Amino acid sequence: MLKPFKFIAAALALALAGPLAAQDGEPQAGGTLNVVIQPEPPGLMLGIVQNGPTQMVAGDIYESLLRYDSDLKPEGQLAESWEISEDGLTYTFKLRDGVTFHDGEPFTSEDVKFTMDVFLRETNPRTRTYMDRVESIDTPDDLTVVFNLQQPFGPFIGIFEQGTAPMIPKHIYEGTDFANNPANNTPIGTGPFKFGEWVKGSYIHLVKNEDYYMEGKPYVDEVYYHVIPDAASRAVAYETGKVDVLPGGSVENFDVPRIRELENTCITDKGWEYFGPLSWIWVNENNKPLDDVKVRQAMMHALDRNFAKDALWNGLGKVATGPLSSSTRFYAGDTPDIGYDPVKARGLLEESSYNGETIRLLGLPYGETWQRWAEAVKQNLTEIGMNVELVPSDVAGWNQKVADRDFDLAFTYLYQYGDPALGVSRTYMSTNAEPGSPWNNVSNYQNPETDKMFDEAALMASPDDRMAAYKTIQDMIVSDVPNLWLLELGFPTIYRCNIKNPVNTALGVNDGFRDVWIDRN
Amino acid sequence: MLRFILGRLVKSVFILLAILIFNFLLIHAAPGDPAAVMAGEAGAADEKFLADLRTRFGLDQPLYIQLWTYLKGAVQLDLGFSYRQQMPVAELIATRLPATLLLTGVAFLLSLVLGVIAGVAASARQGSWGDTIISTLALLFYATPLFWVALMASLVFSVWLGWLPGFGYSTIGAGYTGFAHVLDVAKHLVLPATTLGLFFTAIYMRMTRSSMLEVSRLDFVKTARAKGLRRSVIQRRHILRNALLPVITLAGLQAGQIFGGAILTETVFAWPGIGRLMFEAINQRDYAVILGVFYISGAMVLLFNLITDVVYVIVDPRIRLTK
Repeated sequence: MLKPFKFIAAALALALAGPLAAQDGEPQAGGTLNVVIQPEPPGLMLGIVQNGPTQMVAGDIYESLLRYDSDLKPEGQLAESWEISEDGLTYTFKLRDGVTFHDGEPFTSEDVKFTMDVFLRETNPRTRTYMDRVESIDTPDDLTVVFNLQQPFGPFIGIFEQGTAPMIPKHIYEGTDFANNPANNTPIGTGPFKFGEWVKGSYIHLVKNEDYYMEGKPYVDEVYYHVIPDAASRAVAYETGKVDVLPGGSVENFDVPRIRELENTCITDKGWEYFGPLSWIWVNENNKPLDDVKVRQAMMHALDRNFAKDALWNGLGKVATGPLSSSTRFYAGDTPDIGYDPVKARGLLEESSYNGETIRLLGLPYGETWQRWAEAVKQNLTEIGMNVELVPSDVAGWNQKVADRDFDLAFTYLYQYGDPALGVSRTYMSTNAEPGSPWNNVSNYQNPETDKMFDEAALMASPDDRMAAYKTIQDMIVSDVPNLWLLELGFPTIYRCNIKNPVNTALGVNDGFRDVWIDRN
Repeated sequence: MLRFILGRLVKSVFILLAILIFNFLLIHAAPGDPAAVMAGEAGAADEKFLADLRTRFGLDQPLYIQLWTYLKGAVQLDLGFSYRQQMPVAELIATRLPATLLLTGVAFLLSLVLGVIAGVAASARQGSWGDTIISTLALLFYATPLFWVALMASLVFSVWLGWLPGFGYSTIGAGYTGFAHVLDVAKHLVLPATTLGLFFTAIYMRMTRSSMLEVSRLDFVKTARAKGLRRSVIQRRHILRNALLPVITLAGLQAGQIFGGAILTETVFAWPGIGRLMFEAINQRDYAVILGVFYISGAMVLLFNLITDVVYVIVDPRIRLTK
């Protein structure tokens, strides 16, 4: 029997005021926000390009039906309220009245249906898999959308952030070649900022949407995203006052302690709860002796992850306890211990089938920190008696090697999207292990039992039932060590303290600067 | 002269073609393709998504067909389309080339003029204090890695002293026009152009100095002295003019090399030129952009070489151009 549950958003008034605004005095209108963007996004049409920088900029231009607070609770964005039927099959959204796109056309339920049913099904592989669970979408009137699901799908309420489900104007895109529509160069959404100008290689300029549906918002007049390719130069840009916000990962970790000491500088590690970026090392179980669970357990216990956290990440982030980030729903902290224990690691290695083979470790080509991390892991593994060889690559080469399974161990980190059914099961399901993609079950972990449980847990409508199921899954996976989990990554946002509210949702700066204001006193 | 130039231009077409084919094969030999990079950035791509991208980019075609399609376009000056940037490559390069030409042009002139002047000054009094100081500085500039100079210059002049902007092409959002804009760009140009020019200044200085000393020992210089010509006239008209020949050769060669240095300088100083465009394109395996930049920079190097040959004749009438 499914337990009934129901969400009605009564948070409209709160959302209008901005959750943190009250703490910092009265918001002041006006001013320019200067933000670093790295790397330069390939495009700003969020329905077509889904990389991080695109979402950061286009998150100001496009909006979805909901936002999520740091506990991943949904808040209304374009939807005023929503209701989930008792059987978990029907999701009814009531849209805000009076919302218009940047070209003045009204935003209606037809746009929602077109976006979810036509546009994103074609362009966004992640959204497509979620939409495969939807039987039909009804639009009884301009302000009501009803999603009818084939089966209950617990995480469905978690997909309405603008990276996964940006609302796209039907009147511009219907019947066109989406990928090559010239309108992609002048993105039109409903968001607080409109596209202004993009000087490739230099900056992207967004201007305030004067017709935004929230009275008085956004507060700032314009946003400049500065394209600065070198990490040290990005730090200089902040120090010399040219930019005010350094989103997570903008500067090298070793620069963070120095920059945070600068005058009028604030830092927060919030704003990553939805993505829950978790780093780990893929273990290629197609290659002997890595198919031996004892070898994997030995490697897991050999890794001094606290050292990596303190020395390489300057204490930022958290040591991972298993396949889920602690901010992801249904995280279980009390899984079997995988802590640093070189003595135990050596013992396990001796009992295992490891025979001095050379293990190829593929680092992640994302800059200094990752390079050093690969060296630290090599050292840890050498200390318990393994032969490790570091394999260098660039981003394209890394993608290819991982997709072709041409490695023994490979660093990676992936987003979890707030729910194990959205961002975790994909890496452990045996049905998702075909070579050719670097983001599926790359390790080729085969466990029919967890496969079945992942399938079942996604379909449970009751959160309690899901919690119980995911707890068992986490215990089983942690015992098998299909991957070597490293850290829940901390990507701190650094900003001047007089910039208020740069981060106030689970998506942080990726959610746009709707509530940001600049204190000029 | 005209026949010579025409002949060289015909040869250049074939050299350019060879550059394109060679680089096409080279970049395709590197692991990974643009579809994988773009799918990677999407975070959770599936096989179908990757296959769709490859079809859209024409990457599912055999390599020789891709090469043929590209060359057919290139001959008609169509450099293809960047799927990543959603723009024709020619347009993309056209928006970025002026910045690179400005940076490399200023760095080139600066280093050539400063290098030759310093070289002449040092050779005038061999072994003097002046010579030692100039030579030591030149050695220092020559030996210091470019990226380090760039970072230090940025730290000192931008962060500590606050005299010069540390990145970018102009002050974003300032809306300067006319002379104010020129001044603004010039301010932004100082650090990258000086950084890029330092290494070459050192080379020109050393080359000019040694060449001047060599020529000054030749018989015709003695003759000139015996004739009672003034020292400055001998230096300028007899020694310098002959000593410049190897410097010109070097300048012609380095006009091409300076593009290479621009990649690094443009990256550190966020200068929006084609060096950076190429660096990013290589990382993203944006084939059409990579080849487009090679095409343009190859054509420019060939052009500089042609100019060098013509300048030879002007500087040294003894040289006759033959096809």
